[in-house]
Amino acid sequence: MGANEIQDHGVLRFLTCGSVDDGKSTLIGRLLFDTKTILVDTLNAIERTSKKRGMEAVDLSLLTDGLQAEREQGITIDVAYRYYSTGTRKYIIADAPGHEQYTRNMVTAASTANLAVILIDARKGMLTQTRRHSYLANLVGIPHLLVAINKMDLVDYDQATYEKIKADYLAFAAQIGLKDVRFIPMSALNGDMIVDRGEKLDWYDGPTLLEILEAAPCAHGENGGDRDERFRFPVQFVCRPQDSANPELHDYRGFMGRVSSGIIAKGDAITVLPSGATSKVKDIQIYGQSLPEAHADQSVTILLEDEVDISRGDMIVRSDAQPTTTKQIDAMLCWLSETPLDKARKYVVRHTSRESKAILSGIEYRLDINSLEKQSADKLAVNDIAKVSIKLAQPLAVDPYTENRATGAFIVIDESTNNTVGAGMILQAN
Amino acid sequence: MSKTLSHLDWLEAEAIHIMREVAGQCSNPALLFSGGKDSVCLLRLAEKAFRPGRFPFPLVHIDTGHNYKEVTDFRDKRAAELGERLIVRSVEDSMKRGTVVLKSPLEPRNKHQSVTLLETIAEFEFDCCIGGARRDEEKARAKERIFSFRDEFGQWDPKNQRPELWDLYNARAFKGENIRAFPISNWTELDVWQYIEREGLELPSIYFAHQRPIVVKNGLLQPITDVTPLKDGEVAETMTVRFRTVGDITCTAPVESGASSIRQIIEETAATTVTERGQTRLDDQTSEASMEQRKKEGYF
Repeated sequence: MGANEIQDHGVLRFLTCGSVDDGKSTLIGRLLFDTKTILVDTLNAIERTSKKRGMEAVDLSLLTDGLQAEREQGITIDVAYRYYSTGTRKYIIADAPGHEQYTRNMVTAASTANLAVILIDARKGMLTQTRRHSYLANLVGIPHLLVAINKMDLVDYDQATYEKIKADYLAFAAQIGLKDVRFIPMSALNGDMIVDRGEKLDWYDGPTLLEILEAAPCAHGENGGDRDERFRFPVQFVCRPQDSANPELHDYRGFMGRVSSGIIAKGDAITVLPSGATSKVKDIQIYGQSLPEAHADQSVTILLEDEVDISRGDMIVRSDAQPTTTKQIDAMLCWLSETPLDKARKYVVRHTSRESKAILSGIEYRLDINSLEKQSADKLAVNDIAKVSIKLAQPLAVDPYTENRATGAFIVIDESTNNTVGAGMILQAN
Repeated sequence: MSKTLSHLDWLEAEAIHIMREVAGQCSNPALLFSGGKDSVCLLRLAEKAFRPGRFPFPLVHIDTGHNYKEVTDFRDKRAAELGERLIVRSVEDSMKRGTVVLKSPLEPRNKHQSVTLLETIAEFEFDCCIGGARRDEEKARAKERIFSFRDEFGQWDPKNQRPELWDLYNARAFKGENIRAFPISNWTELDVWQYIEREGLELPSIYFAHQRPIVVKNGLLQPITDVTPLKDGEVAETMTVRFRTVGDITCTAPVESGASSIRQIIEETAATTVTERGQTRLDDQTSEASMEQRKKEGYF
């Protein structure tokens, strides 16, 4: 590795949530601007647009306006991904719109994030949507929440206002069981406490937003970061290069995939699910290189001591820590399609690299995302979240989502349209 | 105990996972290889994803007929070195068939690639094309899925995309429809150059500083070639330039640069003040939404 990679702290994926008026786009624009990610031609383009719309200062929120339809309507309609780098870390921001299709977009953006920035307008304090965003971030298993109390410039940088909102939020956090929550006062418009500290928030002695992000554990961090330590390896592809001129490869059978969680080493005893066949790891390879071990997020090829029948969709796990193999699960399901869930129909569930026909038979309750009340329901519409029980045609190797995001998550596909219509988080196997 | 993957290792592992999902889910995919730097990275990622086996897809290039010879020669050489099948289809064949009609003989052919690409997809019945597009390239791309669905006209509908959650990709398509898969969606231009350096990847020579006759137009450097000849009143000057991106000759401009190694290019890229497309793609400047418009029409 080159000298430029010595201080590489990997990739942090985070999500920003807030409504149109919370200053979310301005915050992202400010992060990109202050980390010098925005280049001159982009800045020129938004300067022109700002002028065209009769604004005096450059509107940084224009940086995150993506599609033509959004620019015309001045709204954000879909999750957008932004990138910046600080030299020590690469960041991927999932920018989720706050108002339209909020549940679908937020769940999508949150599914790959390890930290969420929740924006609160200091003038307005906690709103229903603040609760909704926090609940969804927690539901989708984001381990770290950062509550950004924005627009402090509009409340004269008043500390008492900040403390009041913080106390309100902490009371709510205890109610829904949020664990790691941090707070920061800021003005995205003026750039206070984003990358630079500014001069108006002297009473706040905590870190800036960027300092918090730089220090946040990423999912694949030291000590496993926030990740389950049990080894899970869904097989994506089986490599059998029999036609090769090299006779050594004639019996080669490599099981290709990406380590979802945990670690595996040569010689470890493994079990293949759902068959239950066992063997030992003979070698771990990538591109002709033999590795002593492989850990979470690495894409590798595993070779086994014995000839075991394994195909795409099977999962290799360490024999001493196995998931549950089941054809019946309970899950929290977020419905993503304009076509409502039909309990009589068969859908396809995709879980890791495996697919199964499924019947989404029982809706135990639907959750009112604003009041957090459980309501009885017979069908699910777009953006609904519900607890459901699911019958599967094929067994899946699952862990509860709260323990393992990779083996606890699934999507639902409608075979009549091929669309992805649902996102599920497994509560337990039955 | 797990270790932290460096950002390049993480990006590489994600891209390999995406390629293996294509191989696992699609019955007849292809990898679009132009000889450009992004698709050079795709080839290395495919090697890491599938060796010691062969690639489970052919390489495909849609040639506008206006490509630099250094790039097409490199394309052929690289495919031969890898021992993989290369399919080249030409916009000029579409012109002969009458499916591409030019308004003027030397107009940029980038947008016409869409027609030839769709004809090639139909000819070979490809159900998925792996491409080297990145989300940092352009506003419209920032919202595109890693597995992006195209209807039977090759159209991308930005307002009606499939939700994409976790790393659970949905590559399903009915006959005639198509998936475009973008394994390096999450890479930036700098990531690409750092990866090329780390992996020691070879590139076409025009990525590095060389001398070439140039006319400066509206701040962009226009190379003087057979298809972009000097016009009346224009004066060519010899400049030291390199290409940040290689595409159709008529719409790809080089930048003034003395960078003759990957390391020097990385240093320039890290310090640059203008985006890759803003500096070098003449066709994206037309309107604020021109890329989105082309993608809706089936552009890669």
